[in-house]
Amino acid sequence: MFAYLVRRVLGMVVLLFLLSIAVFFLFNLLPGDPARLTCGKACTPAIIEANRHRLGLDEPVLTQYEKFVAGIFVGRTFSPDSPEPIQCHAPCLGYSFTRHEEVLTTIETAAPVTFWLAIGAFIIWIVTGITLGIVAALNRGHWPDRLVMGISLVGYSFPSFFLGLILIFFVIIRWQILPFPNYVSPFDNPVQFLQTMILPWIVLASLQAAFYIRLTRNQVLEVFSEDYVRTARAKGLPERVVVVKHALRAGLTPIVTAAGLDLAYLLGGAIIAENIFSLPGLGSLAVTSVLQSDLPLITGITLVTATIIIVANLVVDMLYAVVDPRVRVG
Amino acid sequence: MISSGQSLDRPFLTVNNLGVAFPTEDGLVRAVDGIDLTLERGKTLAIVGESGSGKSVTAQAIMGLVNRKAAQVTGEIWIDGQELIAMPEAEVQELRGSEIAMIFQDPMSSLHPFYRIGDQIVEAIRAHRPMSPKLAKRETIEMLRHVGIPAVERRVDAYPHQLSGGMRQRVMIAMALINSPALLIADEPTTALDVTVQAQIMELIQRLQGEFGTTVILITHDLGIVADVADEVAVMYAGRIVERAPTTILYDHPEMPYTLGLLSSVPRMDRAALERLDPIRGNPPSPINLPKGCVFQPRCNYSDRTGGLSMTVRPELLPSGPDHLVRCHLPPEERQRIARDVLAQLAGAPQ
Repeated sequence: MFAYLVRRVLGMVVLLFLLSIAVFFLFNLLPGDPARLTCGKACTPAIIEANRHRLGLDEPVLTQYEKFVAGIFVGRTFSPDSPEPIQCHAPCLGYSFTRHEEVLTTIETAAPVTFWLAIGAFIIWIVTGITLGIVAALNRGHWPDRLVMGISLVGYSFPSFFLGLILIFFVIIRWQILPFPNYVSPFDNPVQFLQTMILPWIVLASLQAAFYIRLTRNQVLEVFSEDYVRTARAKGLPERVVVVKHALRAGLTPIVTAAGLDLAYLLGGAIIAENIFSLPGLGSLAVTSVLQSDLPLITGITLVTATIIIVANLVVDMLYAVVDPRVRVG
Repeated sequence: MISSGQSLDRPFLTVNNLGVAFPTEDGLVRAVDGIDLTLERGKTLAIVGESGSGKSVTAQAIMGLVNRKAAQVTGEIWIDGQELIAMPEAEVQELRGSEIAMIFQDPMSSLHPFYRIGDQIVEAIRAHRPMSPKLAKRETIEMLRHVGIPAVERRVDAYPHQLSGGMRQRVMIAMALINSPALLIADEPTTALDVTVQAQIMELIQRLQGEFGTTVILITHDLGIVADVADEVAVMYAGRIVERAPTTILYDHPEMPYTLGLLSSVPRMDRAALERLDPIRGNPPSPINLPKGCVFQPRCNYSDRTGGLSMTVRPELLPSGPDHLVRCHLPPEERQRIARDVLAQLAGAPQ
């Protein structure tokens, strides 16, 4: 188990390294000149050249990448020969000249919003998806099954941006059940936090919940025809024990993996949910940075998001090895 | 709990007119259609037939494992003076694993992959007997040793995937016998195993049967193992018993052409290598669309000797000598003559 862990962590480091290369070069090869964007309408070629030098963009891409990687570990200084050099402390993911802020600082401000959004949506999605899926499977062919499958179909067919707009219109504007979303930290004002987050959570969770209802239902139905479930019955165990300890334990395990892999969806879906509800999270930040061609920020967000997903996958694989003894190798 | 004593005058197991029918969109599938069985305590009954003959469903019905929501189970199953079909599910559940136990065809998939084998047996003990986990584990280790698992202290904490197929079937047997059931149903217990392991497992079942005085129902399609093990044989075809007799009678004087077909299909080492096996032609009939007369008629080589009876009338299961029941339209002398010819051919003697 320990050797497996070490192997996986090493693999993760290699993967992150390759990823940073890919992201860095991909975004640097994009058309558009970041230096041109740093000065407004009153621009002269001389100013652009000066800015290019200040940003370090006049150096070869490889050198830029080296400095970028070095910045992550030891920090770096931008425009060192200017009168006001900019210090960026390690771990330095770059400096946004559009925002005049270290990329990491910007991300650190936005990340908690997305974190809370993702956690809440994840809980709603897993709890409703699995519970309703089990209810449907245990009542296969009867009305609870049909009702749940109907709900799932609705969840499937509503695009999340549409669902978000509908919710805003009815719940906030027409019926005024909730105030307009205004994000605060849950530690400062829990009530306002919940009032703000509940609709984004629903919007972000709906599609995945609908999918997980079906996934769980199929898994549970399948596992009920397994030989070892028949063995459990043959032992004379009460039906409750057969269902929970033998069938569900085995049937829900693959869903853990699926859910871990689908965490990536949450970070993608956050872009839509945050924009609809004006939440200042990573999703909104990503959109803004793309619109402003803020290259360092785009690179930073992509790297951070990718790291989160890779780490999440690792954690999920570890969890899987804990619940399924067959996976425990080496 | 089953009370013994009151039933001394009755056989241990009696099955009367057992039927299991599954409603489907294409119509009612009668997987088991009117089965009668009796079995004395401590004896072994083999139920033999092709895939789809209804033998496994019969076993599961006796075990109470047929889903009552999905299937209609009719008739009576008496075990030691108690009738199971009308019994509430909670009481049947009490009997399962304590008085009636079952081992299954595929030991690869019959053990739960997530739990240690020792824990799975401990669970079987504690489902029926209040006992501390520690004592239950001690009993489990004892039983595993008894069924021939080497290095038990280590193996008891193994997961199923760490054991070979033969070992897993031994674990299944240990689990089935841990509560000393009066009746053990073995559903193709050796089919999924290597040939060398098959013999070991059958020997083990027989040895334990002798020690515990267990009554055994052996479900199989392999007439080769039946001869050594069973006291009595019931041959099933399309959900019905077509021939039933004590083992020696069935092997020496089979009468039903289907039984003859099964006997001819057994590969034998003492037969010439060039001699072809003689399988039964055709396939079992669809349970939804059974032939009008004798259900075996379309595959029978001798149905033209019944004077057309087998095309129109379902034959009854009728006595043909002591303890011997046969479901066939052929006149007794005729089918006995056919059987003698076939057996002579099998033995390689000149006709």
